[in-house]
Parts: sequence; structure tokens; C-alpha cells
Amino acid sequence: MNDVSPSARRNWMSTLSTSAPGRLAALLPDLPDHALLRSPEIGAVMVRGRAGATGAAFNLGEMTVTRCSVRLQDGVVGHAWVQGRDKDHARRAAVVDGLMQTDRADYIRQTILAPLAAEALAARRSRAEKAAATKVDFFTMVRGEDR
Amino acid sequence: MYVAVKGGERAIDNAHAWLAEERRGDPAVPELSVPQIREQMALAVNRVMAEGSLYDPDLAALAIKQARGDLIEAVFLIRAYRTTLPRLAASAPVDTGAMAVDRRISATFKDLPGGQVLGPTFDYTHRLLDFALMAEGEVRVAVSAPATPDRVPHVTGFLNQDGLIEEAASSDALPPDLTREPMELPADRALRLQALTRGDEGFVLGLAYSTQRGYGRTHAFVGELRIGTVTVEVDIPELGFSVEIGEIELTECETVNQFKGSRTEPPQFTRGYGLVFGQSERKAIAMSLVDRALRWNELGEDFTGAPAQDEEFVLMHCDNVQATGFLEHIKLPHYVDFQSELELVRRLRAEVAAAARQEAAE
Repeated sequence: MNDVSPSARRNWMSTLSTSAPGRLAALLPDLPDHALLRSPEIGAVMVRGRAGATGAAFNLGEMTVTRCSVRLQDGVVGHAWVQGRDKDHARRAAVVDGLMQTDRADYIRQTILAPLAAEALAARRSRAEKAAATKVDFFTMVRGEDR
Repeated sequence: MYVAVKGGERAIDNAHAWLAEERRGDPAVPELSVPQIREQMALAVNRVMAEGSLYDPDLAALAIKQARGDLIEAVFLIRAYRTTLPRLAASAPVDTGAMAVDRRISATFKDLPGGQVLGPTFDYTHRLLDFALMAEGEVRVAVSAPATPDRVPHVTGFLNQDGLIEEAASSDALPPDLTREPMELPADRALRLQALTRGDEGFVLGLAYSTQRGYGRTHAFVGELRIGTVTVEVDIPELGFSVEIGEIELTECETVNQFKGSRTEPPQFTRGYGLVFGQSERKAIAMSLVDRALRWNELGEDFTGAPAQDEEFVLMHCDNVQATGFLEHIKLPHYVDFQSELELVRRLRAEVAAAARQEAAE
């Protein structure tokens, strides 16, 4: 088991939690042997906001999440919290979290996490570029009395 | 009064079978799939998520299909499902300043950092029916332009730098949750915001409109309206640190309202706030107007008796599942109640008739 920094682990867990279940399954169709420490469980997270964007917290509403914990054959434990209600996705994400703490980390990063992160970035950029095209360029009309 | 009555099972069963057939409609027309509703009826899906108070586009789309497009029925289905879910955690408050904005407009400043971004809006359309959508026409392709990945600052943020607007001071006090404890009045602002964001869009819209027409006027400008995605971050107990576990689309509206001042404080603008799941612009604007109207007491304004200022009136009536439940229950059997009313009316009529006869005889 390799040492992992919390910030690196945060990053890959978030990449996994927001990835499309179908994409992760396509990138990792076969899972290595593992035991379920906590079977995939669907639940809700209460999302909070702040009054006036910066003020006191309030409860905005819930979102669905699925969590799962696994133990790989070499004893490494992987956790996942993913958005939505896909149990296979949560299990697969937990296995990837486990594998990222093993010697296979580089391979998993290159073949699974990097493509997922790149696709998420491209999707975000595409929306940002469409939004940018709708930015208003004001120009001032010349009025009669200015002539 | 309710008494148990048996019978009607067969009629109920057959009614539900017919409901299923009617839901499907003409079998010669292809059936709607849940992904089709999710993708092409997105604003209905957003409304069901907001008022159902559960962010899950697939479930909201399923609820709309099951409810035959009756959005309040769909909200009811989502609320019922929600109660079956264990609450795993609460998130850190979302940072709307870090929102990836699809749309961001200000009615108070023409030129502002980050610019006016229209996004995929109905504004400036002519509201003429587009018959091309009845045919299988080609879809126009969105245009792209180079984007800068900068954080888009809040308008109220730079008004605040000059002290021109009241501060929304950060606090991490645990907010009350009306899904866990019964609502108690007077409510604090956090509880009001929770009730409003899941409140019925039509009800909140009507109240907001009433403030504009003079019933609790607040002189609101839309300082800023933004729509986009934010990340949701949760502390994961098994790890001991927080992880971004999801992305949700939100609409946020901040109003800049007429000022207050005092002997110790110079005049400054006040604020109303709306934050709603999904692209829900009308609701977010309405919510911010009603939020501001409800703040009359805290801001030292007069209570004019306007409905939008009346916390009990607003909070106890804005939930469409509660309202529907109580409204529609009167269509269910009340045979015994009605029998007693019927007997009472008959007796009263008999007494009146007897009195009239006696009078005639005298």
C-alpha cells in the first residue's frame, strides 16, 4: 500500500463521484477481486446554501448519493461517495479508490482518471465557451443632439 | 370523522388499470422515455426537483412520466420517495461565487466584471409558436467564443466594498431543517429560505408580484441573476477530509432593495435572496422578493398587513404538497360528517316549518 496525500485522494474521488456511470464502466469493465466492507447504499445529502451567498447557512434541499466501501485482496480499503443512485458505479468507484493506493496507481491514473478528468474539463469548457458567445457587447448609439 | 369502510377494491383496481392505459395514450404514438423527459423537458424536471426538494434529474423525469405531466403530483412522488432515503450527511454551504455560469445578468450595472452573459434564455424571443418544432427540423447549433476561466464576482460583493449595501456576514450556525422538526414561528431567515426554495412556484410568484403592486413594497432591483453549476462538498467521516461528491445546477438571484439608515448607520441598500435547484429563474427572482418582504421586522420597517410580509401566511401556505393534501382530502368519503349535517339541516327546516304553521294557526 502506497502513501497517498489527502489532496490527491480528494481529487480523484471527486473525479469519480461526478463521472458518468457508463463512462467509468467502459474504462474499467472488469473489477479485480474485492470484498464489500459496506454494500452500496443509496441515501441523501442535504445541500446547504448561504443567505445572500455569503451569510448564514440554510438548507437548500437534498441530493441523491450512493456510498460504498470495499477491501481489495491485498487489504487496501477503498471508499466512494458518488452522485446519484447507481450502486454499480459506487462499487466501481470504491475499487478505483482502492487501486489508487496500490502499485497500480500510475496505470489507473493514466487509463481511467486522466480520461475522465479530461472529458469533464472539455464538457465544462464547452459550456463556458457557449456562455461566452452570449456575452453582451454594449455600444452606445449616437444621439441626435450629439451630432 | 372517519369510519372504516370496506368495498370498492375492484373499482379501485380497475381505475388504476385504466389510469395506466390513459397515461400511455395512443399506442400508435411512440412512448416517451425517462431520458427524453430529462433532456427535453428540463425545466419541468428542474421545477419538480426544486419543489420536491431532491436533486435527481432521472427521478424527477420518472415522476413527471408517472404523474402524466401533473407537476404537483410529480413533486408529491419525489417527496414521498425522499422520505425513504437515509440522510448520509449535510454539505458545506455551496460557493455560488465559484459557479461555472451559463447565465449571469445584472439589472443594476451595465458594465461589470464578468460581463452580462445571456445564456440559453427565453428573453428576447418573440413568443411566437415555432411550428418548425412540429416538424423534424434541424436544431440550430450553439456558437462558441473563447472563455476566460475567471471567478465571476457577485455584484453585491462590490457594492459591499463601498459599504453601500448591508453586509451578509458569514455564519456557520447549524440551520434549522423543516424536514426534521415541525416548523415553528417566528421562523429565522434560514428556515424561511428553506421553505421558500421548496415552495410552490405559482404561490411564491403571486406573492412576489403582490409586493411589486404595493402590498409590502420593497423597491427591488435584480442586482444579479446567475445560473450555472456548483460543486457540492461533503466531509467524509471515514476519510477525515472533505470531497466534492457532486455537481448541481442552481439559479441564484440577489436583489438590491431600498435602503435603511439610522442615527448610527448611514443609509445603505438592503438585500433579498433567492437560490433554487436547476434553471428556475422566475422562482429565484420571486423568492428573493418574498425573502426581502419577510425581513420587515429585522430591518425596522412597518408591518402593513400585506400577505407577503406575514410570515405565518407565507410559510404555512407555500408548500404545494401540504396544500394539495388538505385541499383534495375533501373529495374523499365524508359520508358520516355529511349525514350529521344533513340531519341537522332537516331538523332546522322542520322546526322552521312547525313554527310557521303555529304562527298561521294563531
